[in-house]
Amino acid sequence: MIAEAGLVALWLAAALAAMQLMLAALAVSRNDDTLARAARPVAVVQGGLALLAMAALIRVFLQSDMSVALVVANSHSAKPWLYKFAGAWGNHEGSMLLWVTILGVAGGAVALLERRVAERTLTATLGTQAAIALGFYAFLLFSSNPFARLPNPPSDGQGLNPLLQDPGLAFHPPTLYAGYVGLSVAFSFAVGALITRDVGPAFARAMRPWVLTAWVFLTIGITAGSYWAYYELGWGGWWFWDPVENASLMPWLAATALLHSVSVLATRDGLRAWTVMLAVVAFSMSMLGTFLVRSGILTSVHAFAVDPERGTFILILLSLYIGGALALFATRIGVVRAGNTFELVSREGSLVANNLLLSVILGIVLIGTFYPILAAAMGTQLSVGPPFFEKAAGPIALVLVVVMAAGPLLRWRRDTLGALVRRLTWPIVATGIAAVALVVAAGWFNMLPMLGLALAAGLAVASVAPLAGRNLLRTPLFVYGMVVAHLGIAVSLAGMAASTAFTREVLVAKAIGESATVGPYRVTLRGIRPVIGDNWSALEARLDVQRGDGSTRLLAPQSRFFSNPPTTTSESAILTAFDGQLYTVLGQPDGTGRWQLRFWWKPWVTLIWFGGLLIAGGGALSILGHWLRDRRQKKRAIEAAEAAAHREAWAA
Amino acid sequence: MIRRLLALVMLALAAPTLAQSRAPADYANVQLPDPAKEAEATALMATLRCLVCQGQAIVDSDADMAGDMRSLVRQRIAAGESADEVRAWLIDRYGDYVTYDPPVSAATLPLWLAPLLLLTFGLWLARASFRRRNK
Repeated sequence: MIAEAGLVALWLAAALAAMQLMLAALAVSRNDDTLARAARPVAVVQGGLALLAMAALIRVFLQSDMSVALVVANSHSAKPWLYKFAGAWGNHEGSMLLWVTILGVAGGAVALLERRVAERTLTATLGTQAAIALGFYAFLLFSSNPFARLPNPPSDGQGLNPLLQDPGLAFHPPTLYAGYVGLSVAFSFAVGALITRDVGPAFARAMRPWVLTAWVFLTIGITAGSYWAYYELGWGGWWFWDPVENASLMPWLAATALLHSVSVLATRDGLRAWTVMLAVVAFSMSMLGTFLVRSGILTSVHAFAVDPERGTFILILLSLYIGGALALFATRIGVVRAGNTFELVSREGSLVANNLLLSVILGIVLIGTFYPILAAAMGTQLSVGPPFFEKAAGPIALVLVVVMAAGPLLRWRRDTLGALVRRLTWPIVATGIAAVALVVAAGWFNMLPMLGLALAAGLAVASVAPLAGRNLLRTPLFVYGMVVAHLGIAVSLAGMAASTAFTREVLVAKAIGESATVGPYRVTLRGIRPVIGDNWSALEARLDVQRGDGSTRLLAPQSRFFSNPPTTTSESAILTAFDGQLYTVLGQPDGTGRWQLRFWWKPWVTLIWFGGLLIAGGGALSILGHWLRDRRQKKRAIEAAEAAAHREAWAA
Repeated sequence: MIRRLLALVMLALAAPTLAQSRAPADYANVQLPDPAKEAEATALMATLRCLVCQGQAIVDSDADMAGDMRSLVRQRIAAGESADEVRAWLIDRYGDYVTYDPPVSAATLPLWLAPLLLLTFGLWLARASFRRRNK
C-alpha cells in the first residue's frame, strides 16, 4: 500500500513538473504575470510530492517489506536500523529517487524564498528546474521504478554490500547529491537569466547562496570520502586519482571557480559571460559524475547495476541539457552586455587568474579520467594515474596558491604591483623562512612537497592578512568566511606536502614479544587472538605502542574474513597524536610463527582533513554573512522608506 | 584485453620460478636493507598497476600477483637497475596498461600535450578579454 502511494506521488510529481515547465514557458513567452504567479506554488507542491515518494521508500525499507523488489535486493530484516534507513538510497533506484527529491525540494525552496531577481527570470529558472526534474522522473518511472513489487515475495532479503555498512557512508550520498543539486539550481538560474537576457548582479546574488551551499556540501563529501578511503582500504593513501574520486573532484573545481566569478558579478558586475558559462560547466560536471558512477563504465562499489541502458539514458539526458544550454549560450551571449571593466593587476584580475587556472586543472582531470576509457574504446589499453595528475596539475595548483595569496590583498578595478608586493611582505618572508628552515632541518627533498610546504606557510600568513588593520568586530562575516576557507587550503596543503615528504613506512615480520621502531614510536607485538563479528571472523593483533618514555597505548588492527562473498579486508588501527598518525595493519602469518606487520608514521596527515573542514566552515560563514547583510539592507531600506513617508506626512 | 590475458598466462608460467625463490629472497612484504634503494622501489611500485585488482597500485594491494610484482621490482632495484629500466622492462612484458605514468608515444601524445594546450588557450582567452576591457 505504501509502495503504491509512493509510486502515485512520483507520477503526480512528474505531472506537476510537466505543468510547471509549460506554465513557465507560456508565462515567459507571452510575458504573462498571472501564469508566472502560478508557477511558484506548482514548484512547491512538486517538491512536496517528491519528498513524499522518498518518505514512502524509506518507510518500506524500515518495515522490511519483502514484496518490494528493491528491498529484497538491498536489505535484510536483521540489519541495524541505520542501514535499513540508509539502504533506501544505497542502490541505483533509491539513489536516483534521492537525487530527484533533493532537486524538487530545492526547486520548491527557490519558489518560496527567492524575491531578488526579476519575476520573469525567476519563472524561466523554475521552468528550467522543471525540465531537469522531468528528465529524471522519466528515468525513474520508465527504467528504474523503485517501488516495483514482486509477484512471489521471498521470506527475507539479500542484504547490503558489507563495504557500504558504515555510518559515514550512510550519509555520503545525500551529502554529494546536495552538492550536485545545488549546482543544478545555479545552472537553472543561469539558463533563466540567459532566456530573459538578464545577466547581472541581482541574478548573481540570487545564485550565490546556492553555489556556496553546493560547494560546502561537495567539500564535506570529498573530505569525508578521502578519510574513508584512508582508514578503510588499509594502505594509508588519502587520494589515488581514481575515476570515482575524480568524478567528485571535477564538480568541486568548477564550483570553486564559479563561486569566485559569481562574487565578481555580484559586487562589480563583471565577468558576466564567464559566470554563466561556469554555471553550465559546473552542472555538466555533476551530471558527468553521476554518469561515471552510475553507468557501470567503472566497476566499483558505486556501480550498483551494470546496465548499459541506464548509462545510455543518463548520457542522453546529459547531452540534452548541456547541449541545449550551450546552444542557448551561443545564441544569447552576443546580447549579454559587456560587464564593468578592470585592469590586469586588480582583485578582478586575480579572480580571472583563479578561474583560468581552476579551469585548466579541471580540464586536466577531465581528460586524464576519460583518456583510458577512450583509448580502450579505440583498442589501446593504458593507465593514467597519480604520476600524470601530479606532473600536469601539481605545478598549476602551486601557481594558483600564489594567486590565492595575492588576490584578497588587491584592490578592486585597479592596483599597482608595487603596492601588492608591499602588502605581501610578510607572506613572502614566511615562505622564505619556511623554505630555509625546511632545508636546514630536513635536507633537500622532493621538489613539489618542498614548495608546497613553503607556499602553505606563506598562504597561511597571506590569508589572515586581509584582517590586519581592520576593526575585527565590524568586519563582515563573509570576509571571515574567505579568511577561514583560504586558511583551510593552506592547512590542507601543508598536511598533503608533509605527509608526502616525511612518511616513514616499516614492513616487518615479528614473533610475539618482538618490537619494531617507526618514526617516534616503538611498537611491540603482544599477541594475536581471534574475534567473531556478525558476518565476519577476524584475527586481531594486540600492539603496545610507546612514544619515547611516554605511557603505553594499545592498538588492535584486524585481518577480517567475510564468508559471503569470500573476501579478506584489513581493518587498520590508527593512533592520532597532535603531530600526525601512527597507522598499523596486520598482514599474514609467514609460517614460522611470525606475523607480517605494516606500520606507517604519517606526520601532520590529519591536517589534510582538518583543512577540508575549515574550508567547508569558511563557506558556511560566508553564506551566513551574505544572508545577514541582505537582511540588514532590507531592514534599512524599509526604515528609510518609513522615514521618508513620515517626513512627507509632516511636510504636507 | 588480449594483452592482459597474455600477461596473466605469462605470470602463471612464471609462478614456479617465483615460488622457488620464496622464503629469504621473497621481497613481497620485506623491505630492502638500503633505505635509498627501498625509497626508489616504493616510489616505483606506487606507479605500477596491479593487473588483477580494481584500480590499485601494486604497493597498495593484497593480491598475490601484486606481491610477486613487488618482489620482482625490489630484486631488480637491489641488483642495481634504475627505476626507469625496471618500468621499461615491465611495459615490455605487460604493455602500457601496467604503468600509471603513461610513456609518451603516439597514443599518449594528446594526453601529455593537453595541459599545455589548455593553458595556452586559457591565457589567450583571458588576454583577449583584458585587452578589450582596457580600451
